[in-house]
Amino acid sequence: MKFSKTLLTTTALTVGGAAAFAAGHGNMADSMTLVSWGGAYQSSQQQAYVEPYQEMNPDVSVSWDESSAEAVAKLRAMNEAGNVTWDLVDVVAADAIRLCDEGLAMEVDHDEILAAAPDGTDASDDFGDLIVSDCYIPQIVYSTTFGYRTDMVPEGVEAPNDICDVFDLETYPGKRALEKRPINNVEWALLCDGVAKEDVYDVLATEEGQDQALAKLDTIKDEVIWWSAGADTPQLLADGEIFMGSTYNGRLFSVIEEQGQPVGMMWDAQVFDLDGWIIPADLPEDRLARVLDFVKFATDTQRLADQAKYISYGPARASSAPLVPENMKQHMPTDPANAQNTFLYNYEFWADYRDDIDAKFQSWLAQ
Amino acid sequence: MTDATNDPAATAGPTPDQARRADAADRAAGAPMLAADGTPLKKSLARSLRIQKARALMLVAPLLIFVLVTFIAPIGDMLFRSVENQIVSETLPRTTARIDQWDATSGDAPDEQMFEALFYDLFIAEARKEHTRLGTRLNYEQTGMSSLFRRSGRSLDDISDVYLDQFEDLNEAWDEGRPWAELMGEPDWIADQEEFDAAEAEGRMPAFRVRDEMLELLPRAAATYETFARFAQTEDEDSPLEEEPWGLVHTALYYDLMEADVSGYNGPQAALLKEADAAVAEFETVNFKEGMLAIDKDWGSVETWTTLQMYSPDYTSGYFLNAVDMQKTADGPALRDADERIYGLLFKRTLFMSLVITFSCIALAYPVAYLLSNLPARTANLLMILVLLPFWTSLLVRTSAWKVMLQQQGVINDVLVWLGIVADDSRLVMINNQFGTIVAMTHILLPFMILPMYSVMSTIPPSYVRAAKSLGATNWTAFWRVYFPQSVPGIGAGSILVFILSIGYYITPEIVGGTTGTFISNRIAYHISSSLNWGLAAALGSILLVVVLVLYWAYDRIVGIDNVKLGG
Repeated sequence: MKFSKTLLTTTALTVGGAAAFAAGHGNMADSMTLVSWGGAYQSSQQQAYVEPYQEMNPDVSVSWDESSAEAVAKLRAMNEAGNVTWDLVDVVAADAIRLCDEGLAMEVDHDEILAAAPDGTDASDDFGDLIVSDCYIPQIVYSTTFGYRTDMVPEGVEAPNDICDVFDLETYPGKRALEKRPINNVEWALLCDGVAKEDVYDVLATEEGQDQALAKLDTIKDEVIWWSAGADTPQLLADGEIFMGSTYNGRLFSVIEEQGQPVGMMWDAQVFDLDGWIIPADLPEDRLARVLDFVKFATDTQRLADQAKYISYGPARASSAPLVPENMKQHMPTDPANAQNTFLYNYEFWADYRDDIDAKFQSWLAQ
Repeated sequence: MTDATNDPAATAGPTPDQARRADAADRAAGAPMLAADGTPLKKSLARSLRIQKARALMLVAPLLIFVLVTFIAPIGDMLFRSVENQIVSETLPRTTARIDQWDATSGDAPDEQMFEALFYDLFIAEARKEHTRLGTRLNYEQTGMSSLFRRSGRSLDDISDVYLDQFEDLNEAWDEGRPWAELMGEPDWIADQEEFDAAEAEGRMPAFRVRDEMLELLPRAAATYETFARFAQTEDEDSPLEEEPWGLVHTALYYDLMEADVSGYNGPQAALLKEADAAVAEFETVNFKEGMLAIDKDWGSVETWTTLQMYSPDYTSGYFLNAVDMQKTADGPALRDADERIYGLLFKRTLFMSLVITFSCIALAYPVAYLLSNLPARTANLLMILVLLPFWTSLLVRTSAWKVMLQQQGVINDVLVWLGIVADDSRLVMINNQFGTIVAMTHILLPFMILPMYSVMSTIPPSYVRAAKSLGATNWTAFWRVYFPQSVPGIGAGSILVFILSIGYYITPEIVGGTTGTFISNRIAYHISSSLNWGLAAALGSILLVVVLVLYWAYDRIVGIDNVKLGG
């Protein structure tokens, strides 16, 4: 009894003390847990957003949790347990839509919480179409594209520069690496099976279209190694295990520029996707205030442009593009030379068809 | 307990001889055997056993409670999700209450009343942001439900605004919180709420109380207003006195006024209500069915409603049917299309590969364990470290090492090419298939086989084999007839460990399994972390658990679980 009384007093004192402390800082929590993907991407965020922010706010401590790959499942579990320990979560757009659908992410008013562009353009216009969900604060545009071993291109043949070269085993013999999920692969298959770009999703919505895509993939199935982690394709390319493989463009950038491997980028029919923040729903007031303060800073025009110094992903704000360092521009998926033929991930379509097509795809894979 | 000293016989203390005679006499008389304190022996024995048991239970209680709370309860909760389906009836209560009245074989979408119920349910669900969650749930069963619910949620105002605007045009008061609160709320509650608002207090608002008169006069409007007021108080923490109600309440009021007779009403805001009553007959209206169909034509499709009807009960067999490659149809459970079946294949493959891994572990571990138990202690200890070494290395590292060894440009292939055994252009495919999974998992699980075998073998006295040989047995006979039967308990223990571990293995098959070497656990992981279909994951997990228990039972019947030893 006495013990619990002491405990209560201590707690009251601590809470009171913390509250008094927080009040001195405009009721903001002095620590944040950010969730990201680890690796080069997370360190670009650390350098471009977190370190400058901590210089301005030396009292704030930031911890990282490298859980973005399982963010939706973990956030759902935390929410059910009633104890959300994350303050800001980096997710791809499709996951942001799902989190928003499930009520796990907070809906935000982009113009109210985000900084306007230097020329005064509202944040929502600056981000434009990239705001694919009311809960989503985009940071970067990345793409899923192909890299190939330049030393394995057969003699007398042009290096692959067309998405359909992936399906052409005669001209370009060798193993390919594709992601172990239908998304992107079925679109590429249909594109190379004579379906026009604008019709791809209409065709995919039908049983016949799905069968057509799988039949096209069937022609290279024996030569495919299926990857599930973003690091797989770079490793397979570096080991000479495959001739070409799909992965995120930033991973290929580091294979080519940092490791100096004989690897080339294909860029054709690269699929654009987004990465950005969501704020978990129902955060306590002091933590929310801190996160909003941080997000406003971390997604302003300069910060997004700064991030492009460290990784070859394009900033999501239109106003950041001119500020990207010259030497990085050629590696950006959004660079006009690279973006001659691009494909935009259709979030709405995949939200509906993901379960259905995935079941077919997995069954096809297992045969 | 009776005091033993009061009993003269007990004080005297029966000699064993006397006691035996007394016992015999008692038995002859059919009287119960008595303990020293005079209570029947049976009772006394039971009591002391009970005390012993209670004491034992108290000793294990901390662990038992820990296991129950942190292990059994979460697993039970997770497995329960395989049948749980309350989300449909909780999100759409009015619709699910009516839905059995709809006949799926009629070939038509339901009637206007059903759409009215759906509109009310969806409107409230949208305010609570629950409709998209239901859409995700139903999308597991029918493609397209996810966007149907998301789109519908966005456009519900198209219907309610028709009424909202007309009420507002009629009188600005309908656009304000106060008149509504006075019309619907108990005067006591209004006073409480005013006091609360004035004090700008923190904490819970005085819960809204609806006037009984209104529930009778305007049942729909009163009920929806009550829902709105409670929602405003708890979720938005806004005072209903200041908040304009949802368009849904205006819609409900319109339908109430079309039916009700308010001429006798004299309560608060009577004039406002009577004015509206006089005007509603002239109001422009929308039909709920047409309105919902205009929002999304899929509401008119029989499939949408069949899915809703099939998944309206609180508990469903749908997840379990999915887990065995079947699905619910209007005519009962049916097999899925051949190109969507996968779980049966994966269950069979998981069992088959786990057995192969178990047997290859036995084959590799037996000689090692035999050697270890027959070497001098010092050498054996050194070798033991080599067995244990992989245990101290991360699982991921060991799996990745196999990747380096087995891939086509890997160590083994390079050596074979160098030796000229295989040609450079026909290197062996040893990874991203079943072979890779079996090799890597056999290596990883090998210590779990060696250790129990070793601890059993080291207890087998060498004199038995020597005795057999001295009686004329050949080496083989001595091993097979004398040594091997004594080592079987070690094989049994190791096999159970390896088999049960491998049946739930996940990381190694994911990395080296490719498409033909993955296990059912990889699909379970996919449904937990990617597709978020936890119900299906739970159903798959339950089936796996049952399969393991059945195998364990079969093992007990065939080999006998007493015949398993981890050592000594």
